[in-house]
Amino acid sequence: MEKRARFHSRGLPYLLVLPQIAVTLVFFVWPALQALYQSVLLQDAFASRTKFVWLQNFKTLFEDPLYLGSIKVTLLFSGLVAVAGLAISLLLAAFADRVLRGAGVYKTLLIWPYAVAPAIAGVLWMFLLSPSIGVLAYALQSLGVDWNYYVHGGQALLLIVVAAVWKQISYNFLFFLAGLQSIPGSLVEAAAIDGAGPFRRFWTVVFPLLSPTTFFLLVVNVVYAFFDTFAIVDATTQGGPAQATQILVFKVYQDGVQALDLGGSAAQSVVLMLIVISLTVVQFRYVERRVQY
Amino acid sequence: MIENRPWLGFVRHAVLIAGVALVMFPVYVAFVASTLSFDQVMHVPMRLWPGSHLIENYVAVIEHGTTRASSAPVGRMMLNSLVMALGISIGKIAISVISAFAIVYFRFPLRRTFFWLIFITLMLPVEVRIFPTYQVVSDLHMVDTYPGLILPLIASATATFLFRQFFLTVPDEYAEAARIDGAGPLRFFWDVLIPLSRTNIAALFVIMFIYGWNQYLWPLLITTQEGMYTTVIGIKRMMAGGDAATEWQLVMATAMLAMVPPAVVVLLMQKWFVKGLVESEK
Repeated sequence: MEKRARFHSRGLPYLLVLPQIAVTLVFFVWPALQALYQSVLLQDAFASRTKFVWLQNFKTLFEDPLYLGSIKVTLLFSGLVAVAGLAISLLLAAFADRVLRGAGVYKTLLIWPYAVAPAIAGVLWMFLLSPSIGVLAYALQSLGVDWNYYVHGGQALLLIVVAAVWKQISYNFLFFLAGLQSIPGSLVEAAAIDGAGPFRRFWTVVFPLLSPTTFFLLVVNVVYAFFDTFAIVDATTQGGPAQATQILVFKVYQDGVQALDLGGSAAQSVVLMLIVISLTVVQFRYVERRVQY
Repeated sequence: MIENRPWLGFVRHAVLIAGVALVMFPVYVAFVASTLSFDQVMHVPMRLWPGSHLIENYVAVIEHGTTRASSAPVGRMMLNSLVMALGISIGKIAISVISAFAIVYFRFPLRRTFFWLIFITLMLPVEVRIFPTYQVVSDLHMVDTYPGLILPLIASATATFLFRQFFLTVPDEYAEAARIDGAGPLRFFWDVLIPLSRTNIAALFVIMFIYGWNQYLWPLLITTQEGMYTTVIGIKRMMAGGDAATEWQLVMATAMLAMVPPAVVVLLMQKWFVKGLVESEK
């Protein structure tokens, strides 16, 4: 789509895009190229000697059991976050959509956690589940559960999943609610006249019509679980115990900033970039298709 | 409502109330903890109704942080968070709106190149280019400065696209009329386009303010002095000593302080917030 009415000026448009382009080049493109470049170099921690090693860093990376473990943890984590987050929000949105009285109140009370920082979500749940003083940990222990996420990797993973899902419910809820409200009431009414009960109507009419929203949210949630949950992990489990919660973004940070393994960390950055690019492509493909409907 | 089934209405409200409880419970417990004394928080199980140390705890953290871990005053951190959130939200909107204006209303060589260059930023979140970006900022001597906190996060493909989409829907007659009346491009931009974009700007502002306030990884890397910590980072520094040493009542008071400003923005600007969220993801 193009504008018919235009302005003419030789210098002005460049001046207008200059700030955005300058920031993009200095803080996005240049560092990304640096990451690409460093990923093919082998460097010691003091940067005194560097060697060009082709794809050696990538080879080392994919032979490293710790990295492969981190991939596994990330996939499990993002799968759990996406599925649990979508299921809970869809349930709430489906019920909120049909409520006549108090709908606005429920909506307000459910959406504000969007404003909570992931790190704080992590801290809140850590406080509830801390084995020595947590309120929920106390409840679990009195039920006979051996709750101590400092020792049990599965419990640590559960902690970050719960915090990540809790923070994301409001976002998913808003999109599901908007999706549900755009479904014509006549379709649901027709199904009701044909004798379908509320649950049948939901699964055979409403849910299929929601599939574009669901798919969009699935991609967004996977991106969220991959990248935005760094803060939750760093504020709570720090990747432990024994790498049980070491998701990929956290490992990049640990290897690069804390362990100063520049080549390895850069190679990990490149892998992550490829993941973001493919997820973005999936997202935009889908948007294009939706426009043609 | 298609049919009236009282039990279903009951179930509906029960599920929604359970959802609200799930969402509110951690925050309620945090609030209660922030009103207790250290001994009361450490008493297992912690009581679930507020105590009498509310003012004492909040004044303590705002003025001088915790006593055992970080002693940086949270008042200063909130100021840093505010500067960062406002800098990022206003900066993003400003540079996006002018670049979208250039891309839509002018035709010039390299226009497509610029467009794609901006698009690329979508694919490069801070998390994937941590170390090299840190190097650039430290080479520019911007560690521990506000520009260092703000500038690297200020480019926004989303905001630029949103404004571009919106400008494309503005009727051409506006620009033609402005030209006939002898208004130059900047006059048209300021007196016609900006007033038309008000709701879009408000919507983006809410989203970007929350984004800026809640930043974690970037301030963690770029701030080394206590005086530059943001509130979210400050909380992490307060928990340095493990469960027994952490003064949870102060940590939770700080967590409440960190949650209030963005929550207030969401609640007061709920209409624009929903609009901004739904539209910026398209």
